[in-house]
Amino acid sequence: MRDVAVVGIGINKWGELWEKSFRDIYVEAALAAINDAGVDHLDSMIIGCMSGGLFVGQEHLGSLMADYLGQKHLAASRVESACASGGLAFRHAFIEVASGISDIVMAAGVEKMTDVSGDGATYALATAADQEYEVFHGATFPGLYALMATAHMHKYGTTRDMLSAVAVKNHFNGSMNPFAQYPFKVTKEEVNDSVMVASPLRILDCSPITDGAAAVILTTVDIAKKLGKPIIKVIGSGHATDSIALHQRPDITTLKATTVAAEKAFKMANKKITDINFAEVHDCFTIAEIIVTESLGIFPAGKGGEAALKGETGLEGRFPINTSGGLKSKGHPVGATGVAQIVEVVKQLRGTAENGRQLKKQPKIGMAQNMGGSGGSTLVHILEVA
Amino acid sequence: MFPAREHREYPHRYRLEAGKCKKCGKIFFPHRLICSECGHREFEKVILPDTGKLLTFSVIRVAPSQFVDQAPYAIGIAELTNGVRLLAQVADCDVDSLKVGMEVRIEFRRIQTDGHAGVLSYGYKFVPKWY
Repeated sequence: MRDVAVVGIGINKWGELWEKSFRDIYVEAALAAINDAGVDHLDSMIIGCMSGGLFVGQEHLGSLMADYLGQKHLAASRVESACASGGLAFRHAFIEVASGISDIVMAAGVEKMTDVSGDGATYALATAADQEYEVFHGATFPGLYALMATAHMHKYGTTRDMLSAVAVKNHFNGSMNPFAQYPFKVTKEEVNDSVMVASPLRILDCSPITDGAAAVILTTVDIAKKLGKPIIKVIGSGHATDSIALHQRPDITTLKATTVAAEKAFKMANKKITDINFAEVHDCFTIAEIIVTESLGIFPAGKGGEAALKGETGLEGRFPINTSGGLKSKGHPVGATGVAQIVEVVKQLRGTAENGRQLKKQPKIGMAQNMGGSGGSTLVHILEVA
Repeated sequence: MFPAREHREYPHRYRLEAGKCKKCGKIFFPHRLICSECGHREFEKVILPDTGKLLTFSVIRVAPSQFVDQAPYAIGIAELTNGVRLLAQVADCDVDSLKVGMEVRIEFRRIQTDGHAGVLSYGYKFVPKWY
């Protein structure tokens, strides 16, 4: 297996981009990554997208996006794993470069979610759950994570203020991210008093509906050296699945696919959780970040909420989580999220995170955890400054 | 919802038919073609018990269009007396009085009405035990 590095990153301002098309937001991010890397060509391109079909009625993204990116006859594929589609695109790009099949590969994620109504978006997102045995009964995504939250609160005593602490922290970090959809701070009181969506989760516990794209360029460490860019090596990649239906898991207060994917990534990287300096994790709902930090082994089971409340996951904390603002503040264009996490990890490792959110103690190793559905699939990647 | 899809699920939703692995005894609802515990491929049909306990729940206040008329409504995961877990709505209850550990039984109810395909869908809901 060849050593692989990320040499280019690209992201555009996320939000409700009604004036821009699906293809244009993709190309904007892709061009930014190409410019950043300084590469003169691509050998291949992997596109992460959850549901172009349901959000904008467009499939066959390999052909469409390669064409609009001005790449005649490029090998281009679309991969899908619900909200983990971006992470999966990154893994496939990594595999292509590591295996020697291609030298320069772009992994890009995209989703255009605001061209449909709120109900249309809810429907499209719900296809990531078990249609016949969850959605059929009226379960929504906030509802499924709410089931986890109720169970977590009952088993471990996790509180309303612990959930709110995650939202307050992520909005604080996101307020310094120029690409974030909601770059503003929120207070604990605002989260606690916000509209109830699916008890105990309120609207400020939920990540938004977002249009956005992100792209990264992967190549061999040898080519990276010639490009003269800071070399950020991909040292670990893990991928695992779990039952799509929440009720078929023995314990819904943990995310087993996340634990297994992390174990695989740690094994490849020959690292353990205590070697990692910071992480971008999948905080589609505040409870998700708490359970993910426990499932990754950053905190013991049941202690994730308390750690968030004590500030251990803040920019100055013991283990900074979601320096970008996370899905909560930065936005969650489902297919793009996993790639945007890599963009933030690379920025932190390069020491170029905008405004005041660059970690004071320059990190050497970062991690990204991206999951699909209610945790039915997870990708974990570990990156290190070479 | 589409008629074929609805029809296909009748045995599970109308009669709570599950599959029990002939080798390891694990019960799957809905049935499967291969046991995810032991890999065996032969099953016998069993009917699920109709009582269990609520493991967790949520009250949905922002509902998808087919369920707007029912909001706020509760959904929950219950563990039946034989250990099988199901997700369903919790009906006939004060949604603010639900508790983890509450005993529920399964009742046959209308689940949703699909305006697009005109399909009436029936299935099971949990009802807190009152007897």
